[in-house]
Amino acid sequence: MPLFWLVLIVLGLAVAGYVAGRGRALRLAGGDSRVLHSLPSYYGAHVALLTLVPAFAILCLWVLIQPLVIENRISAKLPETAIAESSTRALVMSDVRRVAEGLDVAVAAGAMTADEAAHMRSELTDVRNRLGAVGVALGSDVGPEVLRAAQAYRALAARGHLAMTLVVLTAALGGAGLGIARSRADFRARNVVETAVRYLLIFAATVAILTTIGIVLSLVFNTIEFFKLYPARDFFFGTTWAPSFGGGSELGILPLLWGTFYISLIALAVAVPIGLFAAVYLSEYASGHTRAIAKPLIEVLAGIPTIVYGLFALLTVGPLLIRVFGADGVGIMQAGTAVMTAGLVMGIMLIPFVSSLSDDIINAVPQSMRDGSLGLGATRSETVKQVVLPAALPGIVGAILLAASRAIGETMIVVLGAGAAARLSMNPFDAMTTVTAKIVSQLTGDADFASPEALVAFALGMTLFVITLGLNVFALYIVRKYREQYE
Amino acid sequence: MYDNPLTKRQTLTQEVKFSARGVNVFYGDSHAIKGVDVDIEDKTVTAFIGPSGCGKSTFLRCLNRMNDTIDVCRVEGRITLDGEDIYDPRVDPVQLRARVGMVFQKPNPFPKSIYDNVAYGPKIHGMARSRAELDEIVERALRRGAIWDEVKDRLDAPGTGLSGGQQQRLCIARAVATEPEVLLMDEPCSALDPIATAQVEELIDELRQDYSVVIVTHSMQQAARVSQKTAFFHLGNLVEFGETGQIFTNPRDPRTESYITGRIG
Amino acid sequence: MTDATIPAATGATGSLLEPDARTRRRNAAEARFRLYGLIAVGIGLFFLAALMISIFMNGAGAFQQTAYTLPIEFRQDVLDKNGTGDIETIKSVKTFAYKPLIREAILREIYRLDIETPLAGAKVKGFSSDLDNLFSDGAPATLRDMVLSDPGLIGQTVTVKLIASSRVDGYLKGRVSRESIARDKNLDAVHLDLVDELRAAGVVAKGFNLAFITGPDASDARPEQAGMGVAMLGSFFMMLVVLLLSLPIGVAASIYLEEFAPKNRITDLIEVNISNLAAVPSIVFGILGLAVFIQVMHLPQSAPLVGGLVLTLMTLPTIIISTRASLKSVPPSIRDAALGVGASKMQAVFHHVLPLAMPGILTGTIIGLAQALGETAPLLLIGMVGYIASNYPDGVASGFLDPNSAMPAQIFEWAKRADPAFYERAWGGIIILLVFLMTMNIIAILLRRRFERRW
Repeated sequence: MPLFWLVLIVLGLAVAGYVAGRGRALRLAGGDSRVLHSLPSYYGAHVALLTLVPAFAILCLWVLIQPLVIENRISAKLPETAIAESSTRALVMSDVRRVAEGLDVAVAAGAMTADEAAHMRSELTDVRNRLGAVGVALGSDVGPEVLRAAQAYRALAARGHLAMTLVVLTAALGGAGLGIARSRADFRARNVVETAVRYLLIFAATVAILTTIGIVLSLVFNTIEFFKLYPARDFFFGTTWAPSFGGGSELGILPLLWGTFYISLIALAVAVPIGLFAAVYLSEYASGHTRAIAKPLIEVLAGIPTIVYGLFALLTVGPLLIRVFGADGVGIMQAGTAVMTAGLVMGIMLIPFVSSLSDDIINAVPQSMRDGSLGLGATRSETVKQVVLPAALPGIVGAILLAASRAIGETMIVVLGAGAAARLSMNPFDAMTTVTAKIVSQLTGDADFASPEALVAFALGMTLFVITLGLNVFALYIVRKYREQYE
Repeated sequence: MYDNPLTKRQTLTQEVKFSARGVNVFYGDSHAIKGVDVDIEDKTVTAFIGPSGCGKSTFLRCLNRMNDTIDVCRVEGRITLDGEDIYDPRVDPVQLRARVGMVFQKPNPFPKSIYDNVAYGPKIHGMARSRAELDEIVERALRRGAIWDEVKDRLDAPGTGLSGGQQQRLCIARAVATEPEVLLMDEPCSALDPIATAQVEELIDELRQDYSVVIVTHSMQQAARVSQKTAFFHLGNLVEFGETGQIFTNPRDPRTESYITGRIG
Repeated sequence: MTDATIPAATGATGSLLEPDARTRRRNAAEARFRLYGLIAVGIGLFFLAALMISIFMNGAGAFQQTAYTLPIEFRQDVLDKNGTGDIETIKSVKTFAYKPLIREAILREIYRLDIETPLAGAKVKGFSSDLDNLFSDGAPATLRDMVLSDPGLIGQTVTVKLIASSRVDGYLKGRVSRESIARDKNLDAVHLDLVDELRAAGVVAKGFNLAFITGPDASDARPEQAGMGVAMLGSFFMMLVVLLLSLPIGVAASIYLEEFAPKNRITDLIEVNISNLAAVPSIVFGILGLAVFIQVMHLPQSAPLVGGLVLTLMTLPTIIISTRASLKSVPPSIRDAALGVGASKMQAVFHHVLPLAMPGILTGTIIGLAQALGETAPLLLIGMVGYIASNYPDGVASGFLDPNSAMPAQIFEWAKRADPAFYERAWGGIIILLVFLMTMNIIAILLRRRFERRW
């Protein structure tokens, strides 16, 4: 794996540069490190940084940009005739990529010589079969244009790779040379290194921003693609969710939003009273001993992965509910997977979330408030209900909103516990599905990423992101505002 | 205001309200109050003085069982209110606190309106049968707290928006609204400026007409100004208890004298 | 100021020793309120107990496996017709040819123990036999692997442990009963009678199922052979990526924000951004991974490297938040002391503040890792699903780059297969996952206890 080796070589150069830079500075100082402006290790670090940083920066940019450039070049060269009636340029390009990757695999596996891969003709060879033999399955036969494009793709990629290796190595060597040349006794190595480290720290801090930008861009671009293929109006106001991979899907978000909303509502109806009462009990009534045991135990519920709750919903709670509400019981439940199942289990998951947030908030209410109320002859419960809770209310509302955002974004419990049918029903014992569950099912199926059935997942993701972000911003604003009140 | 308060003050003997015998208080292992005996009279201002950490606030909090809210606190001995032991297991601290009100060191109005702050006590104790009656109680309490004129136009404004002195008088009005027999004040002026302090002190003197007031203070001048009886606490012991005039002019115990003359404290 | 018309306080009437009706009512309300709180705590604890009981009751079975101990005769006429011992010839014998050896062995046991069963007349040769359903579909492959690794076995009779089919396994564990197999076309009551006899004779018994912990996943038809081992390796490589990336990046970001960042709009923006990222649904990170790492960067699909990258981005906010809290808890006097002896700000932070904050940072990191270890949804989107976890990676590079699954994704895959035998595996997988999480959390707690400092 050449990229891996390239990285290793650059790292090796950096280590060598460290030793050389440190040695040269000491030598020039006549072996007396007191003559140096900075500690010897700073001279070494200076050279190492000059070697590493430009080389890696170039490497990262190259790796990111090269595919885009190649993609554009090849796509531009692709003749119109290669694009069939019902297809798009993007679809054909994905074929090209796939064939190119297949050829790579075939060469790597030794099923084909490099020369053969570069010059083979689809008119003469059955490319699909040859690639199938090494485990690369292609959806259709490979046309001559596609094969030629794929070969060009590979050629460009190989040339780009070679150029990248040369440029990166030159940058590393140049950096090392420059660094060693600058390593003189009066050179302020510490200041330079510290400035560089500072920029590294700033870069690390911006990773969070980059993540957000990445999320927004990946959602926005794909959502726009989706709306080119499917009208936004039908998506936002459609009341039917019926994807069919053969085309003619109806992709209305309303049934999914309703399922999401209904399940979250049940979850909150379980979690908020239990969590809130538990928080009040633990912070106002429980003895130190009880609190020390019960609080961490309840918080264990928050540390359990959601897949566990999903399984619990599917295999324990679902069958239990069907025994009571199913055909043998009340008779309003058809299957174990239902809104109620998922909602109940999600509620259990959210109990510690509500209780520990509320606990923090209740504890932030100053003791003098409680004293004032108790000193007037109020009972503890009157104090809680009329003084503590009203004072903590904004914070608690914030906590509940955060819990709601959790519920809306939760995936595994609904995938396993809520069923797969998208419907608008009032019966909490019906199976329904949610935005998150459909994101999973649309993106893990076999659909092409360019089809509306797969792209719809990004529009769903966008909707989910906007809703949860709105809730979070609002909730965090309330909580922060509330904290300031008592600081 | 008081040219020579110590001589002018008439010191009639009133009937005993609180009577404490052999009171010991422990916080976990530490012995905070050591065998205190004291009688607190009705319609009298009694001041507890002493250096910080001497136990005066702790003892005050025993009188309406506010110490119950602290887990590690343990009270021994006998304290009676009108002859009834307030630490009797049959006594409900809630009912006791309705009769023994408390004002705290830091003004602690609830984050509610001024009206609701004062109406809180009467509401929970069910003292008013109608809104009009409640209005009346609130007004009376605010007048008694000497703050009515300042807030009568903004009863719906939050109590937390008042100035420090106003907040403390609001808290006094809130305590008075439940019509207690005894009012406990834990350094009520320590967070206030001199003008607000003067207002509160004047108020305390007026409250003496109807209540027994017990005030903890670390300011000897304040004790001399407002109280008729003074108790001096030192290291958990009640060193001396007597007429305020006598304590300040002619202390019997050398420790009291050292404190008053500023040698310990 | 005094209002003379106000009557003196009347004071409450009645004795303190006898609560009045209103007080009694209020106290009853108080007791009720307290009870509600107690009930709420009780419900929370009850759910925890129900969850744990349900996990251990259902999952414990996965750690046991039913197997037959049978003397197998590796017949030369079947496995090496020419008797040359040529390895290519032996390899040319397909797995299917090993089936009769097993059938013979079980029939020999039936005769030896003198068991009366209609199965005694089952045929030995042919594509399928009634006897096959007693054994896992993987049993012939086990024999073939034995022979291929040691051709010397041919012609000998060796006692071998062969895994039972999932139905027989379920019967011994109480999951399958005669009623439940009434409509099962794979197994009859006749089979179960035979199993009863064999069990009494000690031929078939349950044993510890090491293969479940170390083995790879198996296909739909062989739940009895499915294991967590490969998925565990997938999780391991992923956690390695998360640790190597999120710890340095998280610490660097926190140091900048806590120690160096000027208080301005941009810093504010970064802070708000981080607290919001911490609450973004995990599935959205999966979409990010799919779009950026796979569609744009063309990193290999289903690779633990990509999974690790996605989980890194997801864990970073948690780590940054906890790291900043531990940096904040180091008192400013330490920084002043270092600056006072002439250290640069950078040196003060890296030599003094960071080492003091390290226990807190590690605790936060471990908790972040534990969270990442249990995360499923984003992994599904980047293709880390269960059914691909069937081959061990060949080395470190392959461990990072070859398609693999992860523990929670493997559990999800089993839960989807809708077969009680796989459900048992899923619960068992959860036990393994929880053991890991518990260990990590205990380490975090111990770290905190050991190094907790009060300033």
